[in-house]
Amino acid sequence: MAVKTLTIDGTLVTAQAESTVFDAAHEAGIFIPSLCRLEGVTTTGSCRLCLVEIEGSNRLMPSCILKVDEGMQVRTDTPRLREYRKMIVELLFAERNHTCAVCVANHNCELQDLAKSVGIDHVRYEYTFPKAEVDITHERFGVDHNRCVLCTRCVRVCDEVEGAHTWDISGRGTNSRVITDMNQPWGDAQSCTSCGKCVQACPTGALFKQGSTVAEMQKDRTQLEFIVTAREKKQWIG
Amino acid sequence: MITSPLNEVVEKETAAAKPKCLRCCVAAGCLSSGSLAVKQSLQASVTEAGLQDEVHVKGVGCMGLCSQGPLVQADPDKVLYTGVTAESAPTIVSALQGAKVDLPTTDLNHPFFTLQRPIVLENSGRIDPERIEEYLVANGYQALYAAVRDMTPKDVVDAITSSGLRGRGGAGYPTGLKWALVAKTPSHQKYIVCNADEGDPGAFMDRSVLESDPHRVLEGMALAGYAVGATQGFIYVRGEYPLAISRLQTAIKQARRLGVLGSQIFESGFDFKIDLRIGAGAFVCGEETALMASIEGKRGIPRVRPPYPAESGLWGQPTLINNVETFANVAPIIRNGPDWFSSIGTGKSKGTKVFALAGKITNTGLIEVPMGTPLSTIVEVMGGGTPDGSAIKAVQTGGPSGGCIPAHKLDTPVDYESLASIGSIMGSGGMIVMDADNNMVDVARYFMEFCMEESCGKCIPCRAGTVQIHRILTKIHEGKAGQEDIETLEQLCEMVKSASLCGLGQSAPNPVLSTLRYFREDYTALLPKASEVTV
Amino acid sequence: MDRLRFASVWLGGCSGCHMSFLDLDEWLIDLAEQVELVYSPVADIKEFPKNVDICLVEGAVANEDHLELIKQVRENSRIVVSFGDCAVTGNVTAMRNPLGSSKSILQYVYLETPGIQGPLPCEPGIVPVLLDRVSPVHEIVHVDAYLFGCPPYPSVIREKLTELVAAARNESAPVAN
Repeated sequence: MAVKTLTIDGTLVTAQAESTVFDAAHEAGIFIPSLCRLEGVTTTGSCRLCLVEIEGSNRLMPSCILKVDEGMQVRTDTPRLREYRKMIVELLFAERNHTCAVCVANHNCELQDLAKSVGIDHVRYEYTFPKAEVDITHERFGVDHNRCVLCTRCVRVCDEVEGAHTWDISGRGTNSRVITDMNQPWGDAQSCTSCGKCVQACPTGALFKQGSTVAEMQKDRTQLEFIVTAREKKQWIG
Repeated sequence: MITSPLNEVVEKETAAAKPKCLRCCVAAGCLSSGSLAVKQSLQASVTEAGLQDEVHVKGVGCMGLCSQGPLVQADPDKVLYTGVTAESAPTIVSALQGAKVDLPTTDLNHPFFTLQRPIVLENSGRIDPERIEEYLVANGYQALYAAVRDMTPKDVVDAITSSGLRGRGGAGYPTGLKWALVAKTPSHQKYIVCNADEGDPGAFMDRSVLESDPHRVLEGMALAGYAVGATQGFIYVRGEYPLAISRLQTAIKQARRLGVLGSQIFESGFDFKIDLRIGAGAFVCGEETALMASIEGKRGIPRVRPPYPAESGLWGQPTLINNVETFANVAPIIRNGPDWFSSIGTGKSKGTKVFALAGKITNTGLIEVPMGTPLSTIVEVMGGGTPDGSAIKAVQTGGPSGGCIPAHKLDTPVDYESLASIGSIMGSGGMIVMDADNNMVDVARYFMEFCMEESCGKCIPCRAGTVQIHRILTKIHEGKAGQEDIETLEQLCEMVKSASLCGLGQSAPNPVLSTLRYFREDYTALLPKASEVTV
Repeated sequence: MDRLRFASVWLGGCSGCHMSFLDLDEWLIDLAEQVELVYSPVADIKEFPKNVDICLVEGAVANEDHLELIKQVRENSRIVVSFGDCAVTGNVTAMRNPLGSSKSILQYVYLETPGIQGPLPCEPGIVPVLLDRVSPVHEIVHVDAYLFGCPPYPSVIREKLTELVAAARNESAPVAN
């Protein structure tokens, strides 16, 4: 098996040739934050939190897509990257109504964890307080657009793992919304198989099981990993 | 040297030529000010005077001086009538018969015309864009013939490389390098894509080329197809350009009929088809990866590069994407040789560039100048400065991705490196002139609003960052901001520029950064004085 | 050593942050050796005093009284602390913002909601007038330190206060954020 040797934050790391910098770093115990990345589905490089600096290039690259290369020198934690990550997470908080105190995912939320890990104690940007809907027409699940960060994990997991492609995005820019079928209420979306993978994939409280109250909605990613491992490696291990 | 079936067409067309000609502009600018009625009136007057065998009335593409349309040029008298109406049209016909008339004309010896160097626009305003015959008479499809009969694909790539042509869509990537990359990537299917999704506010170069000389673009694409080994081309043109779309459709039909597109072109083994894809108006679809997604029928959003389209483009196949003006340069390069082309322009920027002049400028319209022409020559000498004679404050180039160049930098030559060094970009060629009435905070805010509304929403820096930048600019505009807001603004701009996924986001802060650099006083003048700050 | 002048104010919030502060129990006695409470909803003092060293601000700025008070706080305090999520983010207090201006909110609550037949409350000078937009404190005045949480845990409050008391004692030391 071909391997490449590279330097990440001064540490020599050996990784499989086809590996991404993100995976190589995590295997070496170096944490790079991410929000859109989800094990088992395609990467989009859209949250920009996993950007890294590469020696000899002035372009920042998303480590979740960037393949390792021999002799590559990667820096994942420079002051500039730290500041950008902080700004990006703050922008998310200003963009929608992330009211943690009344959120089903409080204390089980990747956005909240990110805010802590990048050191946010307040948001420097003006909150936009958009009017966002909550759709609980589905018999088991609900979507709260106030909490959505548009990571498209639900879109990808529904399309690539479940094969239903119930979810997609409508609109553009900050007015983008995740939608079910042709922008119908979730309960009317005929393509939905009610498998709940989107709910498990969602990093925040945007997708939730009905009946969950504040801080009750715990996401279980092992269900997704189980399916993907079963498909790719034919191993049924939980 | 033209192959026989085309030769016949050319001979027939030349034989039918009439001694006199009235060229009436029927490109979008003049059409919107009523040139179709002018053309009909000219035709009726000619018929009435019994001159139909002597005078040819034809619709042509853009003649450049859009602000003074509708334009009619009389040949061989070399008179360019401006502001022609259906009522004044008969007078032009009588002038053609020798009558002395008093109609507004423009001086064809004005620098606006004399300093131009038309390559891309060589047929624009001269030939009827809806007739392939006229394009053929103007040496059309000769380059394609020469290439498929006498040159190897590698010869064509080498010619483009040594011509020094660079992408005219904005970034200025060497065209030959791109072609060579696609040519060497092995695949059973490759694609040529023409990016005609011109979306910058105030830019209309590509529209004009498509409306005035569509075959030039088709020929350039076919040459590219031959050079890189592609058999299918797509033109992605925005739906807001209905005239360009209809002329392209006509041109493609005509080219197929004469066998210059289709199978076994010029009895060679080279096949090349071109299809149109109509964009629905999203600015981001001008970004190459978003454009390809849209052609594939997907949501038009960009993806991370690499892989570049040259390796993995449409449906995962090697794809060559160039913009309209780039393709329009290809046939003349093959026809006249790369040395001819590289003798024009500057060391690193060869050839010419088409600019659309707009804003506070006397001669609004379209010009083509050699690379390296100073900005001041373009806006002051050719463009005639501001209409009321006031001083130019700034020139905005490159649209929402570009920057504002202050008056004291107008001696800068227009080439890729010089413009980049002063914080702007060549861009696709929009040039907006501003005077003291234009507040630069408002200008920056206008472009930021544009980027905010056109952001696709995929990556966070662009989607949410442009919103906050726009909010801060609004706050400054309303006089409610403090010094710390300007600092936050600068930090946000740097982040959005460095961290966004595609070119739209990476360049969106440019209008803010360049105005902050050169017109900071416009910002600070809007901050409340220290004594007015309450808390 | 002189005790620092310590205050706390309660704007648009549920007072849960103050409850969490009171949950510090006997540590409050230790704190009292360091600071003197000069203004607080838990003390009966009418006017916000001058020369306050540290002021904890609970709640978002939601009405005109809040606006007036927060400006007084800023003018008279060296270290202003956004205390809890409402002060830091707007939190629950700001959940009315997406619904529109204060007028449309009052209309919705007092006229359109089943079971309530109005009238719209309007007692200027007695009932504070709602602002159209609820804001976190730092959007209105400069804030020196932030303590998030709904409510912040007592242990977190203690840690932050210890840090701030030390900072306030040492005039030249920069205030920790």
